[in-house]
Amino acid sequence: MARGQDKDKRDKPIRYFDYSLLFLIIFLLCFGLIMLYSTSSYYGSTRFEDAAYYLKKQLFATSLGIVAMIVVARIPYRFWMNLSGLAYLMALGLCTAVIFVGSEAKGQARWIYIGPLSFQPSEFAKLAVILFLAMVVYKTSKQVGEFKTLVKIMMIVMPIVAVVAYNNLSTAIIILGIAVCMLFVASPKYSHFVFVGMAVLVVGVVFISLAAYRAERIQIWLNPEEHEKGYQTLQGLYAIGSGGLFGKGLGESMQKLGFIPEAQNDMIFSVICEELGLFGAVCLMTLYLLLIWRFMIIANNAADLYGALIVVGVMAHISIQVILNIAVVTNTIPNTGISLPFISYGGTSILFLLSEMGLALSVSRGIKFEVT
Amino acid sequence: MKELPLYRNKTFNRKKILIMFLAVFFMIMFLIGRLVYLMVFCSEYYGGKAQNLHERERDIKAARGRIIDATGTVLATNKSVCTISVIHSQIKEPEKVIAALVKELGISEEEARKRVEKNSSIERVKTNVDKEVGDAIRAYGLDGIKVDEDYKRYYPYDTIASRVLGFTGADNQGILGLEVKYDSYMQGTSGKILTLTDARGVEIENAGENRLEPVNGNDLIISMDINIQKYCEQAAQKAYDKKSADGVSLIVMNPQNGELLAMVNYPEFNLNDPFTLIPQLEPEEGTTLSEEEKQNLLNQMWRNRCISDTYEPGSTFKIITATAALEEHVVALTDNFFCPGYKMVEDRRIRCAKVQGHGAETFETGIMNSCNPVFIELGERLGVDNFYKYFKQFGLTQKTQIDLPGEAATIMHKKENVGPVELATVSFGQSFQITPIQLVTTVSSIINGGKRITPHFGVEIRDFDGNLVETLRYETQEGICSEETSETMQYLLQRVVDDGGGKNAKIEGYAIGGKTATSQTLPRSEHRYISSFLGFAPADDPQVLVLAIIDNPKGTYYGGMIAAPVVKEVMENILPYLGLDK
Repeated sequence: MARGQDKDKRDKPIRYFDYSLLFLIIFLLCFGLIMLYSTSSYYGSTRFEDAAYYLKKQLFATSLGIVAMIVVARIPYRFWMNLSGLAYLMALGLCTAVIFVGSEAKGQARWIYIGPLSFQPSEFAKLAVILFLAMVVYKTSKQVGEFKTLVKIMMIVMPIVAVVAYNNLSTAIIILGIAVCMLFVASPKYSHFVFVGMAVLVVGVVFISLAAYRAERIQIWLNPEEHEKGYQTLQGLYAIGSGGLFGKGLGESMQKLGFIPEAQNDMIFSVICEELGLFGAVCLMTLYLLLIWRFMIIANNAADLYGALIVVGVMAHISIQVILNIAVVTNTIPNTGISLPFISYGGTSILFLLSEMGLALSVSRGIKFEVT
Repeated sequence: MKELPLYRNKTFNRKKILIMFLAVFFMIMFLIGRLVYLMVFCSEYYGGKAQNLHERERDIKAARGRIIDATGTVLATNKSVCTISVIHSQIKEPEKVIAALVKELGISEEEARKRVEKNSSIERVKTNVDKEVGDAIRAYGLDGIKVDEDYKRYYPYDTIASRVLGFTGADNQGILGLEVKYDSYMQGTSGKILTLTDARGVEIENAGENRLEPVNGNDLIISMDINIQKYCEQAAQKAYDKKSADGVSLIVMNPQNGELLAMVNYPEFNLNDPFTLIPQLEPEEGTTLSEEEKQNLLNQMWRNRCISDTYEPGSTFKIITATAALEEHVVALTDNFFCPGYKMVEDRRIRCAKVQGHGAETFETGIMNSCNPVFIELGERLGVDNFYKYFKQFGLTQKTQIDLPGEAATIMHKKENVGPVELATVSFGQSFQITPIQLVTTVSSIINGGKRITPHFGVEIRDFDGNLVETLRYETQEGICSEETSETMQYLLQRVVDDGGGKNAKIEGYAIGGKTATSQTLPRSEHRYISSFLGFAPADDPQVLVLAIIDNPKGTYYGGMIAAPVVKEVMENILPYLGLDK
């Protein structure tokens, strides 16, 4: 049309904000809270005589998270570059501290109590690693194609992986996965990662065969009905199977009534399947895919490599958790405790997830459009 | 403000991000595939397992069908009873609950306290409590007491026809008598309440409970007539008391169609309390019974002697021998016999009941006198082969197929073991055993024109509202003997009552046929007798047949002397009642 106007706009970058991402986040949050209430009301009323017990706590964390998201989204992301080293050290410190002063749940200390609030340092560690690695890779982007640099960077991350792995192996795996993904994107090479992939596979096999309880998990995975410890997995499968195409309807799950232990945590996806059916489950997975697609768009168009890497880290984080969680719930892989982003119960998790969303939004604000 | 230089990610960065996205995309697609597999193809399997896990089934008892006699009188029905339970977690005022339980149920305070204070989910305090008591407890309105209504089988006449009607067990299943035989008709189908529960087993309210209504059992209409049964029971009791007998049995049957009008085994037991021994069977005071001994005595008490016990029929069996001889034309009414008081069979001297002998007599007078030598002679004339042929033809080798459980089979010599002595004894009703019902059935088929009927009580099955569900049918076998023989036998047996050994059963104005019997039980040395009389009326068109059996009478034991009057007494009452004219 009017070519003169176009010319004007080319000189003056358009202020961009990814409303699609924001909408997806808000939708997931609302959906998550509804499903959390549906799932946790039984436990809430039997244990605390308050059906909304879990919902209230999650709502509080979500509110904090939204505030954090808005604040972070408004801060230009480059602001964090100088703080990321500090954040990494702080995360390392907290994760070490939790080993000694943390509260135990199921034999593994994962929480630090600050007054009435509990805090899970490993959730913070994920965010810290994303920021820190983005900075490190950004600074060394010229040499990142060399295998030596790759190894060096991995060595920097290893301490926190080791500390987190001490009592939360699943989170350590996620952190490692995030790091590998970020390096993969930053490096121009492929061969290194084929090599890394093979190495991880070998180490994994050795690791599993070394510890008896992990081998047992494999047994449960292969045959949940025969194994007495396959209870949780089996109950999840019962829930998924009884959902059918369109589910029993919101709130109508039977399996959440004490059959699935702690259904509001890692197993919440099975309750979603039971209540909303295959249709609901596929819709939710599509939402996650859309979210990840938005991350890709933002990362591709980010103003600089630092921003792109931050978004790649966030994208890796969400992707890994969604895939692993659904894979565990459907008994596609052996059981390991990984929560479903935005939906599983967990205050620290939602707080830092929303902070990460803030980061992604902040990066999206930095996109300068060239209209051609 | 200095603008940042436009940054474009390097191409390889973009490509790798795309690869990462595609990897995620395909993994999620794979997981969707996995979900499709689980939620479409495994849905039935896992869904079914989950359903089993959630469902709790509660039965709703179906009301058992009633037993109703020919007059429409209900002989077996159901009574509402209550089960009283306490639910520990719901009790708010334990002392009041204990007081109420003690007062209404008549249990000790200690017992009540034990139940109330026991920390269990539900504790049963007492079952089979009358509905009024249950209502009274309910009226207290105390929390934590549960009153569940239930059905219990109830027999309004307590002892009437106890072995015929039978009783039921705790699970509504027949244990004895008609209750067993017609169990499938009367039982009905229990309903079900399917409720959903959470993992702790707590029922979920408003979970849309699945209710399957119970189908009440059907009523059984029987041919027994309560009035005839009562007459017979009175007559039996009288004979029992008078002769200090071990037991008196009476069977009243319509010989034309096999409908049983009464069956008494005195002393009867109380159907509402079937696990308590009757006084006659109770052990002497001071002795305690082991469980096994008690069970044996109970089994003895529950035994229907008319169908489960065999005995030597004695002279009543001469009816059958005579019929066989007439059918085979080896004897005519006017044939002459001579009785010296015994008959030699091979080297054995078999005595007649009359030691001095009946002297010269015809066949007709021989049967009137119940003369053993005459019948030994008939047996010889028939021969073993013919005897067995008729034994079989008359249906004696098979069970009568009466619709009561526990019928005993005939105990008879093997044909190849029968020599002249055995044949002689069988001819006048000794050395083999049949059941009373077998005798009644066989004689009926001889005097009714030659058709073997199936003795039965069950006539119809009706639903609770009285609609006919099924008319019960029984086999009839024609050609047992010729009409002619049948008429001859009617005549002969009337002669027995009119002028022969059965004259004590004679009722002025009625044509009654009959035959007496006195049999000795084994071992002979005990001198225990069973005296019996079989009578029917009207003799030329029998509508009712009565068999009375007195087991081990003291004093006089001749059937003609003591059993015939019992039948007479019964007939005197029931012939007018049945509308049979003089």
